[in-house]
Amino acid sequence: MAHLTPTPVLEPGQDRTMILNMGPQHPSTHGVLRVLLEIDGETVVRLMPDIGYLHTGIEKTCEAKFYQQVVPLTDRIDYLCPMTNNLCYVLAVEKLLGLEIPPKAQWLRVLLNELTRINSHLVWLGTHAMDIGALTVFLYCFREREEVLKMFEMVSGQRMMTSYFRVGGIALEPPLGFFDRVRDFAGYFPEKVDEYENLLTGNPIWGMRTKGVARMTAEDAIALGATGPTLRGSGVDIDLRRDMPYSSYEKFQFKVPVSQEGDVFARYMCRVQELRESTAIVRQALDGMPEGPIKADAPGIVLPDREKMKTQMESLIYHFKIITEGFAVPAGEVYQAVESPRGEMGYYIVSDGTAKPYRVHMRSACFANLQTLAKMCEGHLLADVVAAIGSIDIVLGEIDR
Amino acid sequence: MPLSPPITDIEQLKNHPAVGRLIGWNPEAVQEVKFDRDEMTIVVDRASIREACALLREDSDCPFDFLSDVTCVDWYPAEPRFEVVYHLLSIPKKERVRLKVRLNSSSPTVDSLTSIWPGANFFEREVFDLFGIRFTGHPYLRRIMMPEDWEGHPLRKDYPVEGYR
Repeated sequence: MAHLTPTPVLEPGQDRTMILNMGPQHPSTHGVLRVLLEIDGETVVRLMPDIGYLHTGIEKTCEAKFYQQVVPLTDRIDYLCPMTNNLCYVLAVEKLLGLEIPPKAQWLRVLLNELTRINSHLVWLGTHAMDIGALTVFLYCFREREEVLKMFEMVSGQRMMTSYFRVGGIALEPPLGFFDRVRDFAGYFPEKVDEYENLLTGNPIWGMRTKGVARMTAEDAIALGATGPTLRGSGVDIDLRRDMPYSSYEKFQFKVPVSQEGDVFARYMCRVQELRESTAIVRQALDGMPEGPIKADAPGIVLPDREKMKTQMESLIYHFKIITEGFAVPAGEVYQAVESPRGEMGYYIVSDGTAKPYRVHMRSACFANLQTLAKMCEGHLLADVVAAIGSIDIVLGEIDR
Repeated sequence: MPLSPPITDIEQLKNHPAVGRLIGWNPEAVQEVKFDRDEMTIVVDRASIREACALLREDSDCPFDFLSDVTCVDWYPAEPRFEVVYHLLSIPKKERVRLKVRLNSSSPTVDSLTSIWPGANFFEREVFDLFGIRFTGHPYLRRIMMPEDWEGHPLRKDYPVEGYR
């Protein structure tokens, strides 16, 4: 947690600026972000984010766990998109192992990931609008988010910390009625997005607070390491789902929304359109869901079915060994990146051939995106800082890890 | 898909845009290359990492214009102890490459990339904070995760998981 050294930006004698502290307990910083602002009247001269209030040392903890024990830790990094983190971690470990995943598990992962994206964007939309003063949208968004959380509870037993994916597949078959419920949701959700857009997109007050605010050029966004809607809002057309597909995303048809303006409104439009595209992917996943197993055929790595464990000696032995000793992963290193709702979520895992990862590093999208905040706000009004923070869609758990 | 053994022969890997470019520029700077699990790793000499990154960024055929990630691995008690790991992405060509720099524990210092990518700022601060690697030329090299008065660097392997009590 760095402190702002009071080095004067203006010449001494022109003592016009003051330092203003914002956060860490501030409702519009979405958690525990502290921002130090040097202001001249109402204009921000310098801005500096101060992070680390939620640092829990997850990367260090991972080094002391078996590979399968890390999965629940990955949820807790980004509590708004647990499935994305689960997916990225298990994909990285599967790449280290050279494991082939059955198609049904891959499609279920895609389905749940897009639901997660909807969930995350709904929280973002609600809180972002509330920061700027549109309170109603928050209640609308949380109504639909509740339905998504109930679906997560159906498959995994948990609303937020799902831990549903396993190395080699997914934990359980989805229960009866799950697919009907998802189909129902995917049917009515686009109308709900229209509802949010009716409240915001054409609203002149929303326009005044977002259009032309916190602008960022494509060059700046790339140089500062921005990804996801923060980058696409500045006109850079990249989406890892389409460009470097993983988990059979190449079999899905979807558009990648890009806006050219690079302001808060552009990033808003990108995310709202992503809500519609995600719904389309969910529908495709439901329609084309393949039949077959949900776990890879790798007895030493994937836990056996309960039924087999009680009837077959080998299964019992494998179960005991996986639980007590874990499974060894061949030495090597991989970097696996997925498109999280916030941008490029990457896991860099180094294995030394044992059952515990030698090093796990999470490349967090928000951590890099947060660096763009200074570029967006310096020279602009203090009131726009809140709009800019909301438009990056930060989750402090992911930033601090 | 069973794992195929890694390829470490420079001659075989010269077709990769990043390897070819770096070898063409300065063969001395490339210490080791490895192609494993569809990922390219290039170990670069400590003194030339900044220039190598600048070169890859400006490459006309396949510009690695995006710095995805900077991190570090501690191989305690082996020497060279630290590996600083950079992940570059080429947005136009959708290609990734991993660069590495090996550092001894006696002087864990490497050039900062903030002059090439300002976005390296937070990543390098994090590596400094958690591993104690010093980045020369960094504009504001201070702790970012841990409190300012913290002692030690938690992600080093000789730092206990449960901390010092």
